[in-house]
Amino acid sequence: MFGMDWIDLGILLTKVMLVIAVNFLILMIMELAERRVSAFMQDRVGPNRVGPFGLLQPVADGIKFLFKEEITPSQVERTLYWLAPALVLVPALLTFSVIPFGMSFSAFGREITLQIADLQVGLLFIFALVSLAVYGTVLGGWAANSKYPLLGGLRASSQMISYELSIGMSIIGVLMLVGSLRLSEVVAYQTGSLFTILPRWNIFTQPLGFLIFLIASFAETNRLPFDLPETEPELVGGYHTEYSSMKFAMFFMGEYIALITTSALLTTLFLGGWDVPWVDEAALGSWGVLLSLAAFAVKTGFFLFLFLWVRWTLPRFRFDQLMHLGWKVLLPLAIVNILATGLFLYLAP
Amino acid sequence: MSVKPVAYQPHWSDRFYLFAVLKGMVITLKHFFKKKYTVQYPEVKWPVPKGHRGAIRLNKDEQGRMLCVACEMCSTACPAKCITMKAAVSPWPDREKYPLTFEINMLRCILCGMCQEACPEKAIELTEIYDFSAYTRQDLIWDRERLLKNYDLTCDGRYFERSREETGL
Repeated sequence: MFGMDWIDLGILLTKVMLVIAVNFLILMIMELAERRVSAFMQDRVGPNRVGPFGLLQPVADGIKFLFKEEITPSQVERTLYWLAPALVLVPALLTFSVIPFGMSFSAFGREITLQIADLQVGLLFIFALVSLAVYGTVLGGWAANSKYPLLGGLRASSQMISYELSIGMSIIGVLMLVGSLRLSEVVAYQTGSLFTILPRWNIFTQPLGFLIFLIASFAETNRLPFDLPETEPELVGGYHTEYSSMKFAMFFMGEYIALITTSALLTTLFLGGWDVPWVDEAALGSWGVLLSLAAFAVKTGFFLFLFLWVRWTLPRFRFDQLMHLGWKVLLPLAIVNILATGLFLYLAP
Repeated sequence: MSVKPVAYQPHWSDRFYLFAVLKGMVITLKHFFKKKYTVQYPEVKWPVPKGHRGAIRLNKDEQGRMLCVACEMCSTACPAKCITMKAAVSPWPDREKYPLTFEINMLRCILCGMCQEACPEKAIELTEIYDFSAYTRQDLIWDRERLLKNYDLTCDGRYFERSREETGL
């Protein structure tokens, strides 16, 4: 199979299992962190009863979800109703397959890259999957055959279309600099330093692109202040109003996994991925590998905290404000960014 | 008098959103590290102000004897008719009667404090204990010993401090 032997297959499967396991672990931590961080920002302490520091709270929540009654309302479009939660969760998980999360090292007589698949079109692959994820939301809203989910699904689709554009445009600047869609090369480009004091991360060379990408990713992941598909005051619960039990939990998990992959992607594209500034990881051997993994975790963790932080700071946008921001502000800015980058590349040697 | 409508003209930094957002985020981050106001309830009890009318206690004197002389002033004053007692000849020489049984039906008690006002011996009092729910109705009909136990819990005036010290929260 593609010139693979058993060791290659074993390594690949290990990586896949590891990534999925770690993703679900972080998902559980995020579920707790969301509640603890929100509590802390409101001068409360949050859930701290189940296990030490409330660390087993996600387990308790999971068990509760499992034992909840599974309700399928009579009016739903059954196939799509059952398919939608999976359509949210699976693309979100798949996205992680092209993100490099650590420095490559050699073992078993071969080079092991800490990335499941180093696709040539890695970035395009990610955007294809991210746009697939919206199908879950839209179909969930439509299949429920009820007014509030439908409105939620509609909002999700229009929001995705608006912000998908800005998000795609904002990284063209990065692509022009790097000259490759391969994510390992995006990371490799960002090693080294800029003007000798700054690490050569794209956040410093592409500040505007970073800002647009960051804002648009809030909309892409349905996070406050752009969580219009699921606004509880006006749409009850948005697209997942008619869902209960584990199917509802799957929407939730999909949302958080999308959050994790978006944070990882932000890290990879703009914060140098697993690169530790001013340190030559390759010279450190196996410590370098661990260091690179830790650097990736810290940077991704920062973005995850940022998502929580913003959520518990800002109120929700109105829908027209959301569209205004997407089409009249972010998109033109993204185009300006492309032009500026092009001009820079043309003038600079 | 005429009102001149003025359109809201946000400052350019507010129209830019980002500064305003950052300002807000600084505020939430400050709160993130601030002291938390949550009271870890079952372990730590929120101290009620002085004069709170909570669970009833029967007071004791220095020798550990109950002060009650079974005069039935409290049960007469009680608007909810929740106090019942059976008087008997006192075993002590300083009074004629003492209550052989003394029951307060806390299901009926409205915590008005009339018994406390009526008592000539200052033998019955309302305390700061406010969490005395029970699993059965029978558990809320308090006998003499239960009421005397309330005195032991609250006589030193450190009921809430003790709850804090015991758990270390």
